[in-house]
Amino acid sequence: MLQEESDLSLVIAQIVQKLKGSNLYAQLERQAWASLQRPEIKLESLKEDIKEFFKLSGWEKKLQNAVYSELNVFPLPSHPAAPPEHLKEPLVYMRKAQGSWEKRILKSLNSMCTELSIPLARKRPVGEQKELLNKWNEMGTDEPDLSLFRPVYAPKDFLEVLINLRNPNYENGDSLSFRTHLGLIQVPLKVKGIPELKEFFVELGLTTGQLGIDDSTQVPPELFENEHVRIGQKVLAEQDSAAAQQYIRQGSPTALRAELWALILNISSQPEDILYYEQLKTNVIQHDLLVDSLIYKDVKLTASNDDYYFVFEDYLYQVLLCFSRDTSVLGHFAYNSASPPKSYIRGKLGLEEYAVFYPPNGVIPFHGFSMYVAPLCFLYHEPSKLYQIFREMYVRFFFRLHSISSHPSGIVSLCLLFETLLQTYLPQLFYHLREIGAQPLRISFKWMVRAFSGYLATDQLLLLWDRILGYNSLEILAVLAAAVFAFRAVNLMEVTSLAAAEAVLADLSTLKVMPLLQIFLFATVT
Amino acid sequence: MNFKTSSPSWPRAVAAVLRESSAGLAGGKATKTWDSKLYSAISGTLGEPWNLEKLLENQNCKGYGVPKGKEREQRASIRFKTTPMSTLMDVLRHRPGWVEVKDEGDWDFYWCDVSWLRENFDHTYMEEHVRISHFRNHYELTRKNYMVKNLKRFRKQLEREAGKLEAAKCDFFPKTFEMPCEYHLFVEEFRKSPGITWIMKPVAGSQGKGIFLFRRLKDIMDWRKGTAGKKLTSSEPQPARSTVNPSGGHDTRSSDEPKDEIPVENYVAQRYIENPYLIGGRKFDLRVYVLVMSYLPLRAWLYRDGFARFSNTRFTLSSIDDQYVHLTNVAVQKTSPDYHPKKGCKWMLQRFRQYLVSKHGPEAVETLFSDMDNIFIRSLQSVQKVIISDKHCFELYGYDILIDQDLKPWLLEVNASPSLTASSQEDYELKTCLLEDTLHIVDMEARLTGREKRVGGFDLMWNDGPVSSEDGAPDPSGLGNFVANTHLGRWGQVGRARGVGLERSHGGSVAQWLDCFKLIHNLPAV
Repeated sequence: MLQEESDLSLVIAQIVQKLKGSNLYAQLERQAWASLQRPEIKLESLKEDIKEFFKLSGWEKKLQNAVYSELNVFPLPSHPAAPPEHLKEPLVYMRKAQGSWEKRILKSLNSMCTELSIPLARKRPVGEQKELLNKWNEMGTDEPDLSLFRPVYAPKDFLEVLINLRNPNYENGDSLSFRTHLGLIQVPLKVKGIPELKEFFVELGLTTGQLGIDDSTQVPPELFENEHVRIGQKVLAEQDSAAAQQYIRQGSPTALRAELWALILNISSQPEDILYYEQLKTNVIQHDLLVDSLIYKDVKLTASNDDYYFVFEDYLYQVLLCFSRDTSVLGHFAYNSASPPKSYIRGKLGLEEYAVFYPPNGVIPFHGFSMYVAPLCFLYHEPSKLYQIFREMYVRFFFRLHSISSHPSGIVSLCLLFETLLQTYLPQLFYHLREIGAQPLRISFKWMVRAFSGYLATDQLLLLWDRILGYNSLEILAVLAAAVFAFRAVNLMEVTSLAAAEAVLADLSTLKVMPLLQIFLFATVT
Repeated sequence: MNFKTSSPSWPRAVAAVLRESSAGLAGGKATKTWDSKLYSAISGTLGEPWNLEKLLENQNCKGYGVPKGKEREQRASIRFKTTPMSTLMDVLRHRPGWVEVKDEGDWDFYWCDVSWLRENFDHTYMEEHVRISHFRNHYELTRKNYMVKNLKRFRKQLEREAGKLEAAKCDFFPKTFEMPCEYHLFVEEFRKSPGITWIMKPVAGSQGKGIFLFRRLKDIMDWRKGTAGKKLTSSEPQPARSTVNPSGGHDTRSSDEPKDEIPVENYVAQRYIENPYLIGGRKFDLRVYVLVMSYLPLRAWLYRDGFARFSNTRFTLSSIDDQYVHLTNVAVQKTSPDYHPKKGCKWMLQRFRQYLVSKHGPEAVETLFSDMDNIFIRSLQSVQKVIISDKHCFELYGYDILIDQDLKPWLLEVNASPSLTASSQEDYELKTCLLEDTLHIVDMEARLTGREKRVGGFDLMWNDGPVSSEDGAPDPSGLGNFVANTHLGRWGQVGRARGVGLERSHGGSVAQWLDCFKLIHNLPAV
């Protein structure tokens, strides 16, 4: 009890510390000062009156949402004395693995620089700046020659790293037992089993109404949909993040999704946010970075060729180029096992005082990175808003899909969860695929790394991401990946090669995610 | 039995006819010897082609054919003929019991092109059961000048009979004037509202040829002088069939009416819609399919699926200045380096509808789609009394609709031979399903009861009056809560959606899936 209390006060202290530097804090202070002029604020009950004023004027709700948002993003400190790197990643071998992976990425990036003799960054000549400014809204029409560029890495390179991950303190042993993990991931991490998942995803149960199931044309809207939409409007009217997050576990109505997600992510497009975005845009226009070419290349290779997202090509550049310049993204490295790569001013290699993060946001895009943004273009049309939403989604969720960590939403845990689910609940299928050299993870890894973006139909993907936001967890990705295998199990049992298995699972655009998830978790005997 | 009799190389054709028709009539009993005997007989003795008919009838009497009059009930196979389009051929050839007729063969069903129709329709005798894919004077609706003329007349008639309000429901086409006969009216209108942009298009233009925008009268006068001398526009070779046109500009449709028929002056001047709705900065138009089975009474079906075609270039009005700007979108795109014909710049209507709902809410979208229904109905009504009614004819129209920023739909044109060539897998599925469903409704096999309100992806939209989506008799007078039986863009991928369940294709039902899950699941039941 005492422990809990001290934990709580620690959390409070941390959040207060965090919020003190925020814009909201300044606004609240201003509002408090301004409220002194009001007749209902009395000197004798000053504190209470101001509290009351905050409540009535909606500022209290804003503060609540901000606190809630902090709670969602920041991991709770395990011990007041824990060093900051424990916040990043408590396990030493994970930290080491991430470190050497970063070195490899950097090496690859550097060698590309040398090979092509392109600087990491350069100032654009004025003429070029003007040109870029003029075509800001149609950057997709630009056709730079990118044939020499190659993505720094692709998901399959990353998978190889994860496969080789070992815990030095853990004896794997040679003798097979029923506990032996037969999958590719060989690190011991705690992952949920179906009973725990059932408990965790309780709102996805058979007795709860779901968008993605109960709004199909066969179901009259009076049964669920109409009421659900009505509640959604109420949640939005209340402007309560926590309520929105709970609500969205049952799925968001199409028309309300943009606002609900913004509420959950605590994004409100203030004038200063728009200004901030404009500043980033200016940075893009003034400086040319090597990563820009990587972004271009990635968009051309992925989103522009996508049947759904090709329309949004221009938006993707507008978001991703600005993202690479945004130093506020660096903040998330406090709780990300990854660390931003450093570059040194020419001739000062190794001198810490001449080190800069490169790219400025510390994130090196890889093959498929732009697919994190693409589905959001379906919801947001204002570039600055789209940008904010993406940035928040990245620092809350997406970074975990390409950093090595032991976090339950981290990609290692997701892989392990996926393999464990298959090995435990579909052992015949798992064994069969393993025997023919088609380890299931080799197929499902790319789905999870991209959070299924580009694999599912847009409506289905958004329903899936609703649940990511609703549960503040990426574990649903592993569950869905396992459910897809289960769904196509009959066909998979007949294949005899990895290529054939890949063919069976090549097209996921016809799948309906919610029924799949629901049946996998709830409608089977366990 | 009808023969196309004017072929110069008839003996070879005759052989083909006999081979095909005997196979058709006798259910495949015909032998080669029979063929060759007959062939020698005819080629030796007959001079006049029409005698062949007699001869064949004689053959029928000998027991190879089916007695006349009972054909509809007893026909073992349906002989079809078609223009060589891959999608169409695939569908027709895979239809059980349908046999293809080559060259001059005798047919029950002919998916002809409009040029054949023009040359042969009047000389062709068709039996009761025979069906053909166009109405004789389809161009009343499918040529821009006639369509506008008919709509204007219909509007006047409505105004007389039902008042201004009713007539205003026909205001869904941009102000259009036929050139040169309405030149003076056009000039009057032009002067009334200076500064707006006009577009000139050939009445039966195709692929954007001969189209240009202008803002000054001088431009059009210069142009008239220019074309009068050169007569270039109409002598350019036309592709036999319009191919998929991904430009999305509303300026590049094909009506498939061959050009040689139209004198060079036949242009329409149309008010250019300057505020098109843009997605990702791109202009698009919608392609919607409407199947008319009869004009008297009007019986029309609306297909649930269709697509939005996006322009690859970004929309801007700034390039239209003093001189002509030829909107050769297709040409521009084909030379642009990122032009991938296979990429297909299309969104299925369902995705488009979903996008709009997320942006504007369901009510606004409902209104937009019912405004589109209105366009289909009114445009068909406008030619109802003009089109030569013929029970042998049906027609699958491709409507091109542009939407402006106020979410008002505009009718651009109606195509008699919408492109059935597929640009992608998704497109192929849409088009094969569309054709299959069309054939179901044409119902050569006599399987329908005639009371169906939905067949495949088609919904009966008009049956001599509005059709209610509710069960029971259509109630045109019930103004209260009449819900039209149209579901445009309601479920995407019509073909795939047939199996309702976890997946839209492969017909995986929940029960089936559960079974296979249990199969592999070998955990002890709790």
